[in-house]
Amino acid sequence: MAFFDSVGRNTIGGLAYVGGLARLSGRAAYFTLIGPFKGKALRWSRAFHQAMAVGIEALPILSTITFFVGLILALQGAYELRKFGALQYVAGGVAVSMSRELGPLMTAIVVIGRSGSAFAAEIGTMKVTEEIDALTTMALNPVQFLVTPKFLAMILMLPCLTTWADFMGVMGGAVFGVTGANFTLHGYVQATLDALLVRDIVTGLIKSVMFGAVITAVGCYEGFETGGGAEEVGRSTTSAVVMSIFLVIVVDLVFTSLFYVLGR
Amino acid sequence: MSDPSSDNTLSVRDLRVRYGEREILHGISFDVPRGETLVILGGSGSGKSTLLRTLVGLQPASSGEVLIRGQDIAKMSAEDLDETRKKIGLSFQGGALFGSMTVGENVSLPLREHTQLEESTIQIIMRLKLEQVGLAGFENYMPSQLSGGMKKRAAVARAMAMDPEILFFDEPSAGLDPIIAAGIDNLILKLKKAFRMTIIVVTHELASAFLIADSMLLINKGDIVAHGSMEEMRNSTHPRVRQFLDRVPEPEVSEEMDYLQMLTGEAPPRAL
Repeated sequence: MAFFDSVGRNTIGGLAYVGGLARLSGRAAYFTLIGPFKGKALRWSRAFHQAMAVGIEALPILSTITFFVGLILALQGAYELRKFGALQYVAGGVAVSMSRELGPLMTAIVVIGRSGSAFAAEIGTMKVTEEIDALTTMALNPVQFLVTPKFLAMILMLPCLTTWADFMGVMGGAVFGVTGANFTLHGYVQATLDALLVRDIVTGLIKSVMFGAVITAVGCYEGFETGGGAEEVGRSTTSAVVMSIFLVIVVDLVFTSLFYVLGR
Repeated sequence: MSDPSSDNTLSVRDLRVRYGEREILHGISFDVPRGETLVILGGSGSGKSTLLRTLVGLQPASSGEVLIRGQDIAKMSAEDLDETRKKIGLSFQGGALFGSMTVGENVSLPLREHTQLEESTIQIIMRLKLEQVGLAGFENYMPSQLSGGMKKRAAVARAMAMDPEILFFDEPSAGLDPIIAAGIDNLILKLKKAFRMTIIVVTHELASAFLIADSMLLINKGDIVAHGSMEEMRNSTHPRVRQFLDRVPEPEVSEEMDYLQMLTGEAPPRAL
């Protein structure tokens, strides 16, 4: 009985969590899409600041990581391809795996670590210090004031970062292509362009938008759910990261399956 | 006037608040006439903080009514509730200043968000409010650079930014040394005289309560024990009022066997 009891509890808990995320996302979407027509101005300047923090400041670390990932992909791909004497397919392999999968995913992971955790910590601290209550008593909706600019920033910046990540991955692959597979740089880029379809890039970008929404929703939700006390902020920051990674992978699986079926 | 409640800025009718199974407030009723200062006294866990949160609409009432200017806040639409909230100010216990903004930005935030005033006008109002709480010249400081007493003053300035009709204070002197605490009391007295605002203060500090109050409300375990003027409170013979005013501690658990059982956990704890 205890087993069924715990399965039931966990299921209800999981559903409640997803419900909470959906409610928060719905309210943020309302303030982003419908609010402006009801005289509730969008906070472009706050969104711009968030976009700088989420996007521009992530560039150095994201560039380095995806450059290395591109290089690793090339090395791993070449290990198998050289058995068939097919080293020239390294360029296409790297380009397709980066743009369809690893570009969006690595970008999401970096953004979770930098921004998803920061959202949870910021809102969690504001909850603990009663700043969220202060916003409410000043007739400022916390979701509109805090979450909407983050949503805007993430949904706009993640595709941009992902595009850059794809590019850096290809550059990483090119290092191997030029040094280990007899490509010229021009030849490698040409092979990449020949192998890539617009669909590969677009599906990756669609995923990145979804990842942006998930990361914002989880980070902000964990922040709002923070209980009293400083240690609670640490707990919600940790669970924002763990939960975001998990949900990003789930969303990735769903969309990859969907694109696989649609692309047949 | 036909509506008897219109003389009262704030009225509470049979207010009950529940957290899950536990009822915190067991049917509280009182009125605050316009321009009066009410001090809500109570010990830790008496429900006074919950009462304050309910009065400003942060905590929904389980039943009963909170009427602000004759209107029940529970029945208001979100827009009307926001309009009402623009007419009230709340000074939080820890200040609750936004850490990412300067003191000046904190004070001017409600003006920026809720009015169409020009930036230069907002700046003037902001400086005026800071001057009224004795923080002239501190507009460019970050909240983290201020002392505890200054944070509370800045929070008062922000609460007053929209010229509220009702000003709420949550534990205004908690955590401050006696001199700074007296300064906050003086500030409340000054605001009361200068603006004839309705002021509601939640505190457990007796000295400041007797200094600033027009009337007092003592709550204990979610019930009103006494409500009256300072004289009435001072002369009250109600045992709870006397206990609170004379600072008598709760009687300790006396029986040694009970104490042993409590330590060993063998007997169910007695209801307190």
